[in-house]
Amino acid sequence: MIARLQWSVYDTWTITRRDLLTWIISPVRVIGELAFPIMFVLLFGYVFGSGMVVPGGGDYRDFLMPGIFAMTMAFGIGNTMTVVATDIERGVMDRFRSLPMAPSAIVTGRCTADMINSFAGLLITIGCGLVVGWSWHDGLGNALLAVALLLLLRFACLWVGIYLGLIVGSPEAAGSVWGLLFPVTMVTSAFVAPELMPNWLGFLAEWNPLSSTVGAARELFGNVGANTADSWIGSHAVLMAVVWPVVISAIFLPLSVRRYQRLSR
Amino acid sequence: MDELAIVADGLRKRYRDTVALDGLDLAVPEGTVCGLLGPNGAGKTTAVRVLATLLRMDSGRARVAGCDVVSEPRAVRARIGLTSQHDAVDDVLTGRQNLEMFGRLHHLSPRAARQRADELLERFGLTEAALRPAKKYSGGMRRRLDLAASFIRAPRVLFLDEPTTGQDPRNRNEVWDVVRTLVSEGTTVLLTTHYLDEADQLADSISVIDRGRVIAAGTPAELKARVGGSQIDVVVAAESDVSVAATAIELACGGSPSVDALARRITAPAAEPVAALSAVLRGLEDVGVTAEDVALRRPTLDEVFLQLTGRPAAEKTASEEVAA
Repeated sequence: MIARLQWSVYDTWTITRRDLLTWIISPVRVIGELAFPIMFVLLFGYVFGSGMVVPGGGDYRDFLMPGIFAMTMAFGIGNTMTVVATDIERGVMDRFRSLPMAPSAIVTGRCTADMINSFAGLLITIGCGLVVGWSWHDGLGNALLAVALLLLLRFACLWVGIYLGLIVGSPEAAGSVWGLLFPVTMVTSAFVAPELMPNWLGFLAEWNPLSSTVGAARELFGNVGANTADSWIGSHAVLMAVVWPVVISAIFLPLSVRRYQRLSR
Repeated sequence: MDELAIVADGLRKRYRDTVALDGLDLAVPEGTVCGLLGPNGAGKTTAVRVLATLLRMDSGRARVAGCDVVSEPRAVRARIGLTSQHDAVDDVLTGRQNLEMFGRLHHLSPRAARQRADELLERFGLTEAALRPAKKYSGGMRRRLDLAASFIRAPRVLFLDEPTTGQDPRNRNEVWDVVRTLVSEGTTVLLTTHYLDEADQLADSISVIDRGRVIAAGTPAELKARVGGSQIDVVVAAESDVSVAATAIELACGGSPSVDALARRITAPAAEPVAALSAVLRGLEDVGVTAEDVALRRPTLDEVFLQLTGRPAAEKTASEEVAA
């Protein structure tokens, strides 16, 4: 039993390592992925940001950065989905499944790698925020809590990504699905306060799970735009930033496992 | 029983509206190559996936390398290698990193995995490309890397699911050479293919599959003998002579010939080859047709397949190539 556990840790590390090796072999690709949030910072912080209004006043980039952080986490759905779908289409998944390795390691290795990559991405985006003048104002403890909530969101996105990747089964299809999902990640409080949107859209944006994490991050980082909404969901951001990811994981983790087992049916 | 590397007994598998396996039986002796031959959708890949523990069967029993496919899947996985139509390697990783990864997943220590990777690179002629990402490999190199990956632990049983589909002739020959070497070292191979010449080249025994069951089994020679001894091929000089020649040949051989008008070729079964040959030559001379070529040969597996299933295997192959 213990030997089996040891092997699953070894196998998980092997699969994780496979992904991390990309950093060494093709740094350009990794940098390309990391540059995406930076581009958003520049685009929204400077191009669109000039015309943006923050409810309650304050600097737009201070308002924006928590939104970008949460968005970076949500983009993880696309990454995870594409990798899983590619492995299926290319037969790599079948090869793994025909090996005497721990079957769970295929998933746990994917999770570990994605979490490490996302954490690195988050750190870089935070660094980028510091460069454009964003900062946390409420102590390091709260800031770390905000980072933890962001990573919790990424964890939930992981299972959505794995589930969708298993369903679509090819990187092209994954691209199309991501094209549909992408706007969902935009209808949030990340860039514009929901109060400023048409009523129905503002409602959707507020109830978007991403917005709760954005709101919680603003609150914990002590950035502007936190707690400006008078709705229930808007004023319970930290609570909901825990509840949403837990609920999403509780739905998509078992779905992913079931879907994975169905590969052998 | 011990000398059988693969035993399948009444494998059944149905998907919602199709029956993929309909009581498939198979017995492959240790150290031989068994070819599973059949058109697309015959159930070849399903059979391999069941035997390689990737797919659960609805009913039936199967043992691979002495282990039960259903109750001891891990033991089976430790003893098999699998190569499918895809090059199932990581594109980003180098050839060496790929093999190292698969070695580790076979539970070799990092050091042993590296050593094994180098051995395999050497053996499959990839040493020079070891440090390049697999993405940059040519088609033949990727195929070899893929084969090397299924050979980490020198598997007792190797599954090759259409290993040369979509490969050019040179790559096919390379793959065939590798397979022959592996077999000479004692590996048992289950090869699925819809290329009849591939089965002819590699297989010691062939099971012809159609609609999820084996409809004929035997050595290539035995299967060819079923078509009825030899075939006689006549190519006439002028296209206008084809139908006249066909009538003459039918008369001489006593069986109805098949005609390929474009190639100006008439093929007829010849139960008594030598007598038929001289009869055909005489018959052609009597009707005044000049033959460009006359040959006596063993039937091809194409003809075997046509006779067994009532439809050619090649037709499916061609339509698939168009689709690809």
